[in-house]
Amino acid sequence: MLSLLRNEKVRGILYQLVTVVLFVLFLLYIGQNTMHNIEARGIKSGFGFLNTAAGFDITETPITFGHGSTNWDVFKVGLANTLIVSIYGILLTTILGLIIGVARLSKNWIISHLAAGYIEIFRNIPILLQILFWYNVVLAAMPSVRHSYSFFDSIFINQRGLFLPKPIFENGGWVIGVGVLLAVFGGWAVSRYAKKKLEDEGKEFPVLSVSLALLVLLPLLAYFIAGKPVHFDYPALKGFNFRGGKTFTPEFLALLFALSTYTAAYVAEAIRSGIEAVNKGQKEAASALGLAPMQSLKLVVLPQAIRISIPPIINQYLNLIKNSSLAAAIGFPELVTVFAGTSLNVTGQALEIIAITMLTYLLISLLVSLILNWFNKKMQIKER
Amino acid sequence: MAVYELKPTKQPPLSERGAIAWVRHHLLSSPLNIFFTVLSLWLLYMIVPPMLNWFILDANFAGNSKADCGGGGACWVFIREKLKLFIYGFYPASELWRANLTMGLGALSIVLIALERTPRKLKVALILLLPVVSFILLDGGIFGLSHVETSQWGGLLLTLVISFVGIVASFPIGLLLALGRQSKLPIIKTMSVFYIELIRGVPLITLLFMASVVLPLFFPEGVDFDKLVRALIGITLFQAAYVAENIRGGLQAIAKGQYEAGSALGLTYWKQMRLVILPQAIKVAIPNLVGSFIALLMDTSLVMIIGLYDLLSTVTLASTDRDWLGMSTEGFVFVAIIYWILNFGMSRYSKSLENKLDTNNRN
Repeated sequence: MLSLLRNEKVRGILYQLVTVVLFVLFLLYIGQNTMHNIEARGIKSGFGFLNTAAGFDITETPITFGHGSTNWDVFKVGLANTLIVSIYGILLTTILGLIIGVARLSKNWIISHLAAGYIEIFRNIPILLQILFWYNVVLAAMPSVRHSYSFFDSIFINQRGLFLPKPIFENGGWVIGVGVLLAVFGGWAVSRYAKKKLEDEGKEFPVLSVSLALLVLLPLLAYFIAGKPVHFDYPALKGFNFRGGKTFTPEFLALLFALSTYTAAYVAEAIRSGIEAVNKGQKEAASALGLAPMQSLKLVVLPQAIRISIPPIINQYLNLIKNSSLAAAIGFPELVTVFAGTSLNVTGQALEIIAITMLTYLLISLLVSLILNWFNKKMQIKER
Repeated sequence: MAVYELKPTKQPPLSERGAIAWVRHHLLSSPLNIFFTVLSLWLLYMIVPPMLNWFILDANFAGNSKADCGGGGACWVFIREKLKLFIYGFYPASELWRANLTMGLGALSIVLIALERTPRKLKVALILLLPVVSFILLDGGIFGLSHVETSQWGGLLLTLVISFVGIVASFPIGLLLALGRQSKLPIIKTMSVFYIELIRGVPLITLLFMASVVLPLFFPEGVDFDKLVRALIGITLFQAAYVAENIRGGLQAIAKGQYEAGSALGLTYWKQMRLVILPQAIKVAIPNLVGSFIALLMDTSLVMIIGLYDLLSTVTLASTDRDWLGMSTEGFVFVAIIYWILNFGMSRYSKSLENKLDTNNRN
């Protein structure tokens, strides 16, 4: 019997058995207490609350939300706001991160040190503090509605937010959409063609300029063919506030700017470390082959650097999405603020609401890691 | 026989040496480069002088009320007047020496732990004793010390307490999770992976909400955690997953031969881990661990959202004081500087540690 205990396999099974039993006991203990507590406090349980009226209003509703809307609608509005701010944030972060990352690598001493200063400052200050700073200091310093900063009489900035002209598509607006789609497809085809040409004939083809031209010209062409089916709705001062156009609230802007400037510092670092990780011999080999500096960057360094840089950058995008939950501090109505905040306070069903919220973020994370895995697989060095 | 003597080498031309060459190569090497140099100098000109004016030249240091602050500069009087609140929160004024003593002891222990010469046993004793001594000092209730409610703890003190407890408590849990994830036992491995990925997939704020509203439901009636303990549980559970991933990174960097050598010597699993694998793995993991501790220090500011008064929270509270309205800029800048110094210091220390520990024998 004792010798059986010395057997590694037997012991392994025993350990696991003990773990499982303890875990199940723990769950039972928690479950029982929870049931008892819920009953004692008179809290309802189950997911019925999702279909009852929410009973409160939300300031920013990208999808319809009105008087009779339910808690499930609250969830949808919150999620939509989370996704909207994340998408804008990721776009802005990428642009900013690229600029700072490239500046950090510049041979110009001042520029590279300015970029380094930016990275060190923004990375070492808590994101929550940055959100509060943008909201309470920067955006609060904007002028009142009557004294808005105005650009070309169509863009206005004031305490109530940012007001932009909004394009309105009339009949035939879909033609432009087709133009954009064609341009994207054209860009893809051009890059395929260029790659093939480079591999077969060793000749380069100006992919970037051609695809950019396509992206500008095709939608423009469609615009004229369809008979200019777009006009702009300009914001205009009516009464105490601007009406019309596209409005971004201060809460949204504070969150967006804070998230993008903060995450951009990390993206810049990822870009820098990616490019620096490329072996020096690779650059030397490229110049020994007679490639010009730009060619060596494009054909030798970047393809290897991207493989290293992209995974941490995608992780930063995920962090940005998760950090958007800090909007709770300034009241931007995203998932945590309205659903895990207001709905929870109104219904009191903490267990269900927190579980749904966590599950939602978990699904987003899983989705992002699936993309990451797909990318890693695609980018793996193919041994021939 | 003619003797040839080498002429002394000429110095390179003036344009290729010294400061002039440096400027030419680093700032003015091409038209584009010149443009960028001018642009960034202009940017600096736009940013630095106004900042300097605000920070120091036009700033107000003397006085004791808002009325003493004038001009366009910062009102550092606000910070000075509220400093006690920012550092100790609502800790009773007569007991401040306890908070000071705790922070002093903490600083001393950290220095002792960081020093190489300190004997290992002393380091372990410090790590184990410090939390106990700190708790007795801060909370009181025994040895004639009056009891101070945790709701009175606040400011920088609370931020440091939360970070420290988070770091110390999450380490053993993270270590076990990392070992679990690398384990050959399928159930233990699955459970570890599940926990780590679940925690890493959600924002800290949802965990803090969970700890503050759901956790009380899990325990029998009458067992009532205080708010601080709930936040600490949330933060520890969160941090443990990240510590686990850092240590796993270290474990994966250890060559298979080390494990095999360990078993060949007849060491049991735990001995093998304790004597062979972990000392090497943790050494490799230290830079990343410090990185996640920095992240934790910054994340402690989130406890503000569940209503604890940490450093950031006391500052936002103070800037809503009716006598000091409009001081939020000064407050935020002050907090930013404190966090920045703490984080930058830690990351520098981690860099030096990385260089020192790089024995380069992991292959």
